[in-house]
Amino acid sequence: MKKMKMTKTAKNNLITYIMVFLAYIAVQILLATGNISSLMKGLLVPLCIYVMLAVSLNLTVGILGELSLGHAGFMCVGAFSSAFFSKCMDGAMPDGVRFLLALLIGAAAAGFFGILIGIPVLRLKGDYLAIVTLAFGEIIKNLVNVLYIGKDKNGFHFSMKDSISLHLEEEGQVIVNGAQGITGTPHDATFTIGIILIFISLIIILNLINSRDGRAIMSIRDNRIAAESIGINITKYKLMAFSISASIAGAAGVLYAHNLSTLTALPKNFGYNMSIMILVFVVLGGIGNIRGSIIAAIILTLLPELLRGLSDYRMLIYAIVLIAMMLFNWSPKAVAWKERLKERYFPKRLRKEKEVK
Amino acid sequence: MSFISYLINGVSLGSVYAIIALGYTMVYGIAKMLNFAHGDVIMVGGFAVFTIVSTLGLPPILGILIAVVICTALGMAIERVAYKPLRNASSPLAVLITAIGVSYLLQNVALLIFGANTKSFTSVVAISPLKLADGQLIISGETIVTIIAGIIVMICLTLFVNKSKAGQAMLAVSEDKGAAQLMGINVNGTIALTFAIGSALAAVAGVLLCSAYPSLTPYTGAMPGIKAFVAAVFGGIGSIPGAMIGGILLGIIEILGKAYISSQMADAIVFAVLIIVLLVKPTGILGKNIQEKV
Repeated sequence: MKKMKMTKTAKNNLITYIMVFLAYIAVQILLATGNISSLMKGLLVPLCIYVMLAVSLNLTVGILGELSLGHAGFMCVGAFSSAFFSKCMDGAMPDGVRFLLALLIGAAAAGFFGILIGIPVLRLKGDYLAIVTLAFGEIIKNLVNVLYIGKDKNGFHFSMKDSISLHLEEEGQVIVNGAQGITGTPHDATFTIGIILIFISLIIILNLINSRDGRAIMSIRDNRIAAESIGINITKYKLMAFSISASIAGAAGVLYAHNLSTLTALPKNFGYNMSIMILVFVVLGGIGNIRGSIIAAIILTLLPELLRGLSDYRMLIYAIVLIAMMLFNWSPKAVAWKERLKERYFPKRLRKEKEVK
Repeated sequence: MSFISYLINGVSLGSVYAIIALGYTMVYGIAKMLNFAHGDVIMVGGFAVFTIVSTLGLPPILGILIAVVICTALGMAIERVAYKPLRNASSPLAVLITAIGVSYLLQNVALLIFGANTKSFTSVVAISPLKLADGQLIISGETIVTIIAGIIVMICLTLFVNKSKAGQAMLAVSEDKGAAQLMGINVNGTIALTFAIGSALAAVAGVLLCSAYPSLTPYTGAMPGIKAFVAAVFGGIGSIPGAMIGGILLGIIEILGKAYISSQMADAIVFAVLIIVLLVKPTGILGKNIQEKV
């Protein structure tokens, strides 16, 4: 019995991997035959970014069971730390090596922030945790907007006021310019790299979920006190899930930073709105369902673009579709109605499902 | 002298936050949900007054009354259509996401009707500024009206909740829905009433906010909404006096932070204070600490 269950998870995970791979092949075919608009081409890397963010947030929300509204903050940390590194090292080493190091630095910096924030914050529960993570995200965005870093022959100069108070030598260069952010980040991100990063994130998360550590994390979600009473180290596992989630978001941020030539921290890209949007992907895709997160992230990113023909009405329709989907998926009445339909048309499958339960 | 003037401005801004936070906290207490669309109801209130007073040229009092009516109806409609079907959903996140959807919806409807351009809101306050201490201390009419309105709202709401039957029903429902129903309380009606009051308060807050900071866009309500949410958590979410204290403290911290530390980092300071408070007292200033049992 146990063996059968194992193969079932393995099968399930395999479907997820194959799905991503097939999507990659399909896009490559479309690209090769030129059947893809330039608009869609521009969306490919952002799609990878959103998928990574959704998958990583699902680790916090679905597997750890804590509501986080500051995910964009970790993305911001990853983006700025890696863009800073790339800007300093541009030309000093081969592009591939530099990007790989930038990726590691971005993920590590975000993971470090995850631990730093997680230690005090994960003591809080539910909506309190949600608001504090939101606050952290906003603080990170705000601090980046007043941060000035310059480089000249005397080394690095920091300031929180303006670029003049950096007191740079004449040949010095301002790297992080407050609200203007970082300009001239090398354009390294490609769709293939994005897909590879998605694969790596999936391997990390799916393996974590099905490991001893993952089960410990899920036991905390299901009943914290019971988990503690059987000797599970709550802080350790919470931090583990939170920091892994943060570092994957950081890696997504690296991709974001190296996809644009100008990196600025705006409410639109690193504010709470972004965090909320990622949460929408997670909830709509199914809390705790990694494959669902991927599909929801893709559909919800493409939806406003597909509705572009409706110009002004597209975000309105997006909002209505979102509300309708939530009502249809979650309202107890709709759920009961779907059960009844299943009973009428697929009685066998339903019986099977009940047996499994 | 400038410190006193900052302090008064802080109390004024804090009163607006407090009024919004009251709506947040009442809805949270009774429906156990974060109503993300609350901030956008503020914006609707602002636009309603803008249309009636600036476009149609009707007197401000009428404008405020109509705005309150519109927002109340809107709040009840949102609750009925979007939140009520999800009240017993298996995950509390479902209704949160729906609230976000409603927030997008309100913003985009406003965007379609009024456009993305900033509208300059003419203040509905016709009181001349108060000059104290030989003109060194000037308090604007808006500040005075906002503080007075804040005090009136707080007194009325406290009396309503503690003295009236409907207010007691509200407390009972927020304590235990099932038991309240057994006692013959109309739970659905009480929840609808809570949304109605919260939205009416949001309309008032919208008018006050737009009078003090006279620019109106479809996104006007979002940041004050989030700040008020912070204020509600700050004071202990679900607690009415907590929301008042939290709101006023937040306003003072924001204005003083802007004046003395850094204007760019005012938001960061507000959020940092919130985090420190929650780390010391995890349920907010006046929040009840409920012991968890297995």
